[in-house]
Amino acid sequence: MAHFTKAKSLHDWLNQRLAIDTLRRVLATEYWIPKNINFLWAMGMVLAITFALLLVSGIFLLMYYQPNVDLAFDSVNYTIMQEVGYGWLWRHIHGVAASVVFLIIYIHMFTGIYYGSYKKGREMIWISGMLLFVAFSAEAFSGYMLPWGQMSYWAGMVITNLFSMGGLQLDGLVEWIRGDYIPAQAFLNRFFMLHVLLIPLAIIGLIVLHFGALRIPHVNNQDGEEIDFEAEAAKYKAGNKKESKVIAFVNDFMSKDMMVVSIYLIFFFYLVFYHYDFAMDPVNFDPADGLKTPTHIYPEWYFLWSYEILRPFSTNVGLIAFAFAQVIFFLLPFLDRSPNAVPASRRGLFKYWFWAMLIDMIILTGMGKLPPEGIFSTIGLYAALLFIGLWIVLPFITKFEKKV
Amino acid sequence: MKELLILAVVTFFTLVTYYLVEPFAHSQMHKHFESDGFAYKDLPAVTKKGDASRGKDLVSACIGCHGIEVAGFQAPMDAVSAAATFGVNPPDLSNAGVVFDEKFLANLIKNPAHALMVEHKFDPAKGQMHPMSEYYATGDDKEQEVADIVAYLRSIAVKQEELTPKMAFETACGRCHAVNYGNWTQIGEKPKFKKKQDELAFETQLLDYQDYLAKYMGTLPPDLSMYIRSRGEHYIETFIENPQNYLKGTAMPRVGVSAESAEKVIEHLKDVGDSKRHERETVGKYVMIYMLIFAIFAILWKKEVWRDLH
Ligand code: HEC
Ligand code: HEC
Ligand code: HEM
Repeated sequence: MAHFTKAKSLHDWLNQRLAIDTLRRVLATEYWIPKNINFLWAMGMVLAITFALLLVSGIFLLMYYQPNVDLAFDSVNYTIMQEVGYGWLWRHIHGVAASVVFLIIYIHMFTGIYYGSYKKGREMIWISGMLLFVAFSAEAFSGYMLPWGQMSYWAGMVITNLFSMGGLQLDGLVEWIRGDYIPAQAFLNRFFMLHVLLIPLAIIGLIVLHFGALRIPHVNNQDGEEIDFEAEAAKYKAGNKKESKVIAFVNDFMSKDMMVVSIYLIFFFYLVFYHYDFAMDPVNFDPADGLKTPTHIYPEWYFLWSYEILRPFSTNVGLIAFAFAQVIFFLLPFLDRSPNAVPASRRGLFKYWFWAMLIDMIILTGMGKLPPEGIFSTIGLYAALLFIGLWIVLPFITKFEKKV
Repeated sequence: MKELLILAVVTFFTLVTYYLVEPFAHSQMHKHFESDGFAYKDLPAVTKKGDASRGKDLVSACIGCHGIEVAGFQAPMDAVSAAATFGVNPPDLSNAGVVFDEKFLANLIKNPAHALMVEHKFDPAKGQMHPMSEYYATGDDKEQEVADIVAYLRSIAVKQEELTPKMAFETACGRCHAVNYGNWTQIGEKPKFKKKQDELAFETQLLDYQDYLAKYMGTLPPDLSMYIRSRGEHYIETFIENPQNYLKGTAMPRVGVSAESAEKVIEHLKDVGDSKRHERETVGKYVMIYMLIFAIFAILWKKEVWRDLH
């Protein structure tokens, strides 16, 4: 057993037992971050804060929500929104955060793509990040079922139906997922469980993994410069903070993160109080009705790009394209064959690839919501083909990229 | 400087995406109509000046079907029997004079199916009579008599500023639409029951009423509790002004409310579907002020910490 001495203070007492000084050093004061970064590097912290907002508001909603097909709609729209003190506030925070978190995730992802932060030892950061993306998608989808409105019901119907389409014919699987032939009580109950327990647990675990994956490679920087962290840290510790290329996670980086977070929160709460409609589809304020199909069925905005990759093709091809879209981002670190981990602006053809991919996904998102008719359908088809094409050419254009 | 440029790029793409999935998508998916200000331009204007004292006698033509409680006329039938007879319970006319537009009322009395825009359902040539019969003049100046009735109805109604949103809703929409969150059913407010038997009796009456109504309308009119969120103010306003615009051939009549009453009806739908809106405004203000102060401190802290760094 280790040797314990009589503690001189509470700090000392804890330190002997939990090594809090070491922990603090390794995780905070001597966790080195490059100085040459911009506000986009605060998006990770913005995501962490948004997740905290989701968790806290979710806990409050959970106290009054009823996972029952006859009660769910009213428990949300009447009990929570109108009877319980500040229930409306928690619901609007939860709804807006669920939508905004995806905006930030996409910004965070495209930041990583732009600066090549998924390469040279940072592959696990990327992969854990993609796992987070998948987990958040599942969380958002399961949460969308809970108010048991028209869109909950019909989105649940359409998405689970995917498995029975075309050559898949997995009707058994569809029934297994639903626990019934149609979305009903069993369906609502299990999505409730997933939403409030299993997926949040997975998300918390994945966030720990994601943070852990960052610790050894450290984060990238604005110029893709390779930094000798030992040498720069020595300079910093010797007091040459100005010359050193690194800063400490706490307080240096944290103070900048907090600045960005504070500005983000102004934007966030503006949405919560004055512009929440975009995050809560009007159609979902009609109670679920299995006999009345809504005129337009579409997923929330953050799923539209992949939905649009499914739609313009025949059933089987569409399913394959859809499956492709779901997994392909995982493979980015391996499909990008170039050794350069520098900003896209300095990477030859990849520069164009980056902007083409970004714009294409925005077009897919726009078309995904519109009824698949006429010109929109054609644009959607070409955008989907371009998406697939871009991934196919990626290994080739990056293979021949000049080393910088 | 560079950070501002990056922020501008991020903002630009965010706004483009927002534009595509919200305003643009909605403009493509939904029909859009502007309000005419409840002018009912298709209906001819009232040319005669009505006399309320003469109208007082002429409403005897109405009380065979309608109650006028303020004038001491009880409804001739209870709601369920009325629905059994007419398909729907004719509304009490105490406040009809203020809820409904004056010109509309006159036209309604002369030709209900036309004013209500339900002629596609009620064609006398095919023997489909509207349950509210046209007014048959007692003398030979029908125009004058109609104007008198309207003048009378306006004279007994409460004043515009005394008309509450709830009263406006009950008179104009309450016979067809339930509003669960406002405790309203088509046969009136749902009372608190001491005995289960009474509650069941009420439920039975309500179900009977709804059966007749559904048969009359072809469908049970929806509960409007959350319509302020599911359809929004603009849709509801332009929908009640002319339901045929959005839903061609629908059984929902043009109700003929005045512009002021339409506002009140919508106010009522907000009171039941978005009752915390005033609290949201106030709390919103304080939270925004708090976040601004928080941001100022966060920026100062960053400046303080980074002074040593570059
Ligand atoms: C034969 C029975 C009958 C008579 C007589 C009758 N009504 Fe009606 N009235 C009805 C019915 C039934 C309705 C409901 C119609 C519906 O909602 O489709 C109605 C509806 C109304 C409405 C509401 C219309 C709206 O826009 O929602 C008003 C106002 C009204 N009547 C006024 C009168 C007046 C004034 C008279 C007398 C001149 C009169 N009614 C005579 C049966 C009658
Ligand atoms: C005589 C019965 C009747 C009256 C009175 C009536 N409605 Fe309706 N309403 C209906 C029916 C029937 C429908 C269903 C229409 C359909 O689905 O075609 C309907 C549908 C609606 C809808 C939904 C439209 C949609 O897009 O689905 C709204 C909103 C509405 N009514 C508002 C009102 C308001 C507000 C009033 C009072 C000012 C009112 N109604 C008075 C019968 C009525
Ligand atoms: C939704 C939950 C997520 C949280 C809470 C989160 C959090 C963070 C944090 C705090 C950082 C360090 C600071 C920064 O660079 O921003 C980071 C870095 C990173 N994240 Fe995430 N992240 C999430 C999702 C994702 C996703 C979906 C991806 C992409 C697949 C991703 C990829 C990355 C990459 C590549 C880095 C390294 C950036 C660099 O080295 O410059 N993350 N994340």
